[in-house]
Amino acid sequence: MSRLLAAAAAEFRIALRNRWVAIAITMMVLFAAVLSAAGTAPTGDLGVDRLTITVASLTSLGVYLVPLIALLMSFDAIAGEQERGTLALVLTYPVQRWQLVAAKFLAHLAILALAVVCGYGVATIAAFAVDPRSLAGLAALFRLTWTSLLLGAAFLGLGYTVSALSRRSGTAAALVIALWLVMIVLFDLALLAGVVADNGGVFTTRIFPLALLANPADAFRLFNLAASEATSAAAGIGGAANAIPPLQALLSLTLWAIAAFLAAIAAFRRVQS
Amino acid sequence: MKILILSQLTKLFGPLRALDAVDLEVAAGERVALLGHNGAGKSTLMKIVLGILDGNGGTVQVAGHRPGERVAREMTAYLPENVAFHPALTGREQIRLYLRLKGEPAAKAAELLERVGLTAAMDRRIGTYSKGMRQRVGLAQALIGRPKLMVLDEPTSGLDPVSRHDFYTVLDDLAREGTAILHSSHALTEVEARTDRIAILSRGRLVANDTLAALRQAAQLPIQIHLVARHGEADAVAAQLGGTRRNGSRVELTCQPAAKLASLSAITGLGSAIEDVDVIPPSLEALYTFYSQGSAQ
Repeated sequence: MSRLLAAAAAEFRIALRNRWVAIAITMMVLFAAVLSAAGTAPTGDLGVDRLTITVASLTSLGVYLVPLIALLMSFDAIAGEQERGTLALVLTYPVQRWQLVAAKFLAHLAILALAVVCGYGVATIAAFAVDPRSLAGLAALFRLTWTSLLLGAAFLGLGYTVSALSRRSGTAAALVIALWLVMIVLFDLALLAGVVADNGGVFTTRIFPLALLANPADAFRLFNLAASEATSAAAGIGGAANAIPPLQALLSLTLWAIAAFLAAIAAFRRVQS
Repeated sequence: MKILILSQLTKLFGPLRALDAVDLEVAAGERVALLGHNGAGKSTLMKIVLGILDGNGGTVQVAGHRPGERVAREMTAYLPENVAFHPALTGREQIRLYLRLKGEPAAKAAELLERVGLTAAMDRRIGTYSKGMRQRVGLAQALIGRPKLMVLDEPTSGLDPVSRHDFYTVLDDLAREGTAILHSSHALTEVEARTDRIAILSRGRLVANDTLAALRQAAQLPIQIHLVARHGEADAVAAQLGGTRRNGSRVELTCQPAAKLASLSAITGLGSAIEDVDVIPPSLEALYTFYSQGSAQ
């Protein structure tokens, strides 16, 4: 355990010095601030507090940014070390491979937590400044925060897996960008196209909800929107949230996080340096 | 006591036999130099010994354990060729990490870095280090925890002569304390004085494995004798001894090891016509070429 923590501390220090911590926090804060500024218009008679609305917007922000930051931090983790030649030496030490993956995971998750807390924090302060009733939204905010970390964990694991399989840092970078595009952007677009073409048939009623559950990003969005009362405030795919029990979405997200971590360890075990 | 035992070790990369039934042993306190061209299989052999590559046949034992097993890793130290570290960490931070990964107290870092002469630079980032300094960090990490087996891949490449000397002094201390040392090198002349045994790999096969003296004996390579003749007598000396005149006074001849004494007495017989004599045994380079070419034929 002390070996794992020592390696995690070193990883965190490296990320700090390589400005990854600063980059992640800046990205989250900047986008959250822009989102808050854009949403300061009076909510009129929606009847919900400001923070609940903010959480709905932050959910849409998180679904793009959290996986992106997680993948950007993780793609280099194994391929980069292999390429720079630092991996061969570490592998001769009496430390298990899963411990090395777990150390990187802990450090990167801590950075992600910092970024998420800072970003969501800025948006929360802005919400309280406009609407004192925002206390009512705190539970939703809390839920959004820890599920964001769960979502981040899933994509960190996927990033390590890609990194271990690609051997070269450049290849890994291209692959994680492709992965992000497919899982976060194209997946939803394809589903949407399917729903439109299907016009209320079997695809819409049977396949569409399952497909949403199968994607960790959609599961994340579903869980947060369904669990909060903000569904009406959210646009797009959120409407489908009503059809799926939130617990199933949470289960899918958790399974993704665990499976991705295990996949990363399995892929790293195969690396011969 | 044998620390490292390779028996019939074979490694295939597709159709290529990177290692072909290699037998090699290194005892406690013994220093064995592994020589070979680029691609001869040196690094592959080392990586299998360290447990980061798997062999396809044969066995490897590190003090009775399989390479890569925790016990084996705990007693093995490795210095890779062109060792690399995280440029963002300082030398001290990097060594502290390695100490903790080996289960040793991190506070020993300063002492280890002092031993390799990096005290002044240890709180600077490794990104600012020269190649020689990085190599010293590499040696410092290899010294962690009194290793029983030390595997060094081209450890002195990129080091200046003074650093090389320091480097071998540290290795001498380790060998005295009983560490078995297996190191590869391109710098044949420095290996000559600093090893107990020489193993030569050629195209994955072990073509020689003995002390330098025994290898010389077995190879029967000709000995060079360089003479300086008195002014104006070089031609006559060359004609009498069957040598070649190189310039106005210099004559070179070669003879078989067995004929060395006979040649020398013939030279002394020429009396004052000879001003100086140098006897040059076959160089390690020549031996190396002899053994590695022998395998190719």
